[in-house]
Amino acid sequence: MAVVFDRPHALVDVSMHYCPGCTHGTIHRLVAEVLDELGIEGTTIGVSPVGCAYNNYLYFNCDMQQAAHGRAPAVATGIKRVHPDKTVFTYQGDGDLAAIGTAEIVHAAARGEKITTVFINNAIYGMTSGQMAPTSLVGQVTTTSPYGRKPELQGYPIKVSEMLSTLTGAAFVERVSMHDIKNIRNAKKAIKKAFQVQQKGYGFSIVEVLSTCPTNWGKSPVESLKLIEDKMIPYYPLGNFKGADLEV
Amino acid sequence: MGKKVLMKGNEVIAEAAIRAGCKHYFGYPITPQSDISHYMAKQLPLIGGAFVQAESEIAAINMLYGAAGAGARAMTSSSSPGISLKQEGISYMSCAELPAVVVNIVRCGPGLGGILPAQGDYFQAVKGGGHGDYKMVVLAPASLQELYELTVEAFNIADKYRILTMIMGDGNLGQMMEPIEFKDKEDIYEANKSWATTGTQMKREHNTVTSIYIEAEVLEAHNNKLQSKYTEIASKEVRVEEYNTENADIIVTAYGTVARILKNVIKNAAKEGIKVGLIRPITLWPFPSEAFARNAEHTKAFLSVELSAGQMVEDVRLAVNGKKPVYFYGRTGGMIPTENEILKKIKDILEKQGG
Repeated sequence: MAVVFDRPHALVDVSMHYCPGCTHGTIHRLVAEVLDELGIEGTTIGVSPVGCAYNNYLYFNCDMQQAAHGRAPAVATGIKRVHPDKTVFTYQGDGDLAAIGTAEIVHAAARGEKITTVFINNAIYGMTSGQMAPTSLVGQVTTTSPYGRKPELQGYPIKVSEMLSTLTGAAFVERVSMHDIKNIRNAKKAIKKAFQVQQKGYGFSIVEVLSTCPTNWGKSPVESLKLIEDKMIPYYPLGNFKGADLEV
Repeated sequence: MGKKVLMKGNEVIAEAAIRAGCKHYFGYPITPQSDISHYMAKQLPLIGGAFVQAESEIAAINMLYGAAGAGARAMTSSSSPGISLKQEGISYMSCAELPAVVVNIVRCGPGLGGILPAQGDYFQAVKGGGHGDYKMVVLAPASLQELYELTVEAFNIADKYRILTMIMGDGNLGQMMEPIEFKDKEDIYEANKSWATTGTQMKREHNTVTSIYIEAEVLEAHNNKLQSKYTEIASKEVRVEEYNTENADIIVTAYGTVARILKNVIKNAAKEGIKVGLIRPITLWPFPSEAFARNAEHTKAFLSVELSAGQMVEDVRLAVNGKKPVYFYGRTGGMIPTENEILKKIKDILEKQGG
């Protein structure tokens, strides 16, 4: 019988620790499928973040380094400068990338560092138990915005893709979503192109992935997917911000 | 040996690092060590390496993490306030056992302080400026020739033990010029870096560089491994200079350029019939405790002279362990003690000791 669905080789055969309904696992799979399809598992070095995905070095079969909170783009820079012929990626959440690591991501992009970032935006700190993230929506209730995020007190959520796309060094910037099959397929395409953009040496590439956190949102997995569609996408529009026309 | 060349201390560090096989350097501008960056920015692209001017000292130390984890000989440098920012990365790299060299050309603090020479970062360097139980090997050269040789050695020690090595010099050392005699070829320790993340090539299990161990038993086992490595280093890598200590009535101690002032003090004292010896720690960690303990048997007192409010003196006291009195003389803020002030302090002590 023909195999129609299998585990990508770049994904280690272990159970993941993520909560039910969390989309991290699926996004890991998409990255692993891309590594398989491009045949680059053996020449790729990934960087794990601090946050829920802190130990995804256990899940990817390529070489991995685990970075301090927010510092993955700096660590990836060090790796890439030593191995310019290898593919280097970071996998980072919204607290990691858009709060404590803002300087590192902005300057990696500004330098046109030839690395790829998979940026998981679920509008909350998951691992530390549901605090307000820089990407939390206006009005969103979190453990540190118990009365809802108020712009006059906590400002407005950061649109990372829009911000980074203003930088000349950022070659490819796209926002995708995990809320249904069609969009998951688009996410895979964007991630694949981001890696190809790096391989071609165009510069920095990033895919922002709108993702769920059922546990800390206090929603069911299905409600969470709906919430991406109804609440997140209106504020974080999907689509390519830069590099759609690059030849890969 | 090659011919002698006149060079500035900061440039000696950069040249020595390149000779030791360092092709990757990450830095952020700060006085008084920026010449290291200038030299690296010029030289590294010419030899197929990379100089990256980072957006902060935090980014620079994390670039070093990535480069060292990827198997390269790499270095970062800064001065006191910048080294404070690097403490996060220093702790992480120590846990992940990443070999690399960190240079601190110390200026005076606390805070922004000033840009003149100081030794106020001793505690931070040897007692662990970052969180958790870790050690760095800390080397304190006193001349530019020694600065060159110890910079090469710093890379060898780092690779041999998978540890961070710090070159600690004061602003004097970075800014002054002296003739250097470079070797034709350096002794390079060839480490097996099969643990590094270089890409599996689909030929081996994937490597991981990490500093996180969530399970208590696993982390304690890792900590025990680090501690036994530190014990081994403490038994094998102590470096110290002893000068005139045998019949000394009093032994003075200092590291770095201050020790050079003390050698003149010793000569001046001898003219007045006062027998003064010197212990100069070259490794600040591991500290040469044995030299102090041994000399405590016969000398009357110790005097630690520092460009600080009294930091290394604590380790001297621990080493002497109450056998003889330990005195301190220090200047801060970028002030340098004169030979006369130190000699006066020595005379006061000997008078007190009845000798």
